[in-house]
Amino acid sequence: MCLAVPGRLVETFVERDVRMGRVDFGGMSKRVCMEHLPDATPGDYVLVHVGFALARIDEEEAERTLAMLRELGDLEEELT
Amino acid sequence: MKHVDELRDRATVQTLVRALHSETKHDWTVMEVCGGQTHAIVRYGLDEMLPRGLSLLHGPGCPVCVTSAEVIDRAHAIASEPDVVFCSFGDMLRVPGTRGDLLRLKAEGRDIRIVYSPLDAVRLAEKHPEKRVVFFAIGFETTAPANAMAVRIGKQRGLANFSILAAHVLVPPMLTSILESPGNRVQGFLGPGHVCTVMGTREYGPITRRYGVPIAVAGFEPVDLLHGLLACVRQLEKGDAHVEVPYSRAVSEDGNAAARATIDDVFEVCDRQWRGIGWIPKSGLRLRWELRDFDAERVFDVGAVTAEENPDCISGKVLKGLAKPHDCPHFGKRCTPETPLGATMVSSEGACAAYMTYRRLPILQEAHV
Repeated sequence: MCLAVPGRLVETFVERDVRMGRVDFGGMSKRVCMEHLPDATPGDYVLVHVGFALARIDEEEAERTLAMLRELGDLEEELT
Repeated sequence: MKHVDELRDRATVQTLVRALHSETKHDWTVMEVCGGQTHAIVRYGLDEMLPRGLSLLHGPGCPVCVTSAEVIDRAHAIASEPDVVFCSFGDMLRVPGTRGDLLRLKAEGRDIRIVYSPLDAVRLAEKHPEKRVVFFAIGFETTAPANAMAVRIGKQRGLANFSILAAHVLVPPMLTSILESPGNRVQGFLGPGHVCTVMGTREYGPITRRYGVPIAVAGFEPVDLLHGLLACVRQLEKGDAHVEVPYSRAVSEDGNAAARATIDDVFEVCDRQWRGIGWIPKSGLRLRWELRDFDAERVFDVGAVTAEENPDCISGKVLKGLAKPHDCPHFGKRCTPETPLGATMVSSEGACAAYMTYRRLPILQEAHV
């Protein structure tokens, strides 16, 4: 139920006083309410839940996590 | 797809599983809080890759499951009123109250619609001023900002024919209730990733300190879940208990301030009844008094509704981690996703339904040969 799907923000616009955006999910595009992510800009990856952008995905943190996991794999290889 | 594929990578999963096997020295029991996490764990069979001493318990984080039969009966009563268009997320339609489910009511000709977003319900209200549009606002903190925004927009646009039936639930009081349960087995939590995306992690620090349990806030992909488990096991092995955020690409300490402000603007904390568990103080959200014109419970006078849970169902124990689906004599027999006895079988994210979907059926102990 708390499912949130990552997609790339393509554009933002205001529709009847509500901040909206178009988000691309691997080729499928959807209209999304951007009221809770006022600072997101096109190109950002955002998490979308029930038609609302919840969070901007922090690319640096995403890369840091993956780098840490790669290190874990490398270390393991070295020790075996 | 970016932010998905790399988190289902086989080599990374194998690395994490090996790390868990080499670093788990003692027996530990960890609960994943969210139904979405349970679903992914059982779907990918992650629980079967873990070291023998590391057990997972499936938590109560499925709002569809824990919405009380009373609220569902109230939804029935409202949906049966004249000129009502009753809107709900799809999962709620199959959940039985004591008068059956909303799908049956729809089959009987009531105007019940599945919507993807609460804003769809707002649009329906604008399009049909002659109808009374009600949105069934369920969910945890993740969904509360969206449902709150629907009310705010409804008010801004002066929609007198739009209201919500609010049945929101909150995670931290539930975790406290689990840890306070006699016979509690939970020693650490995989924290609710998307709830914390909104709320941040500040509420969870006091829980880790008071009960000495680590909380690793985790995402929903296989790598996210195993990474969270490894963080939790490392703390348990060291005797640490604090909040850690392996899901750092989406969760910060403060969460989403704008989303939290929308929640506070529209909702206030209230006591809430959880299906299979009972009343938990301050564990829910209801509409603020100033917004009572948008509160379906006030707009529609459906009277007092009381509903009895099926006494044969052990979902309360499953939701608190005191039992697993297999422990129930009715699992997969009398109780199936088509004929659920209670909370954990009613939604696909419930632990019992996830076990059924992925065929975790027990071998009968006394087979006739």
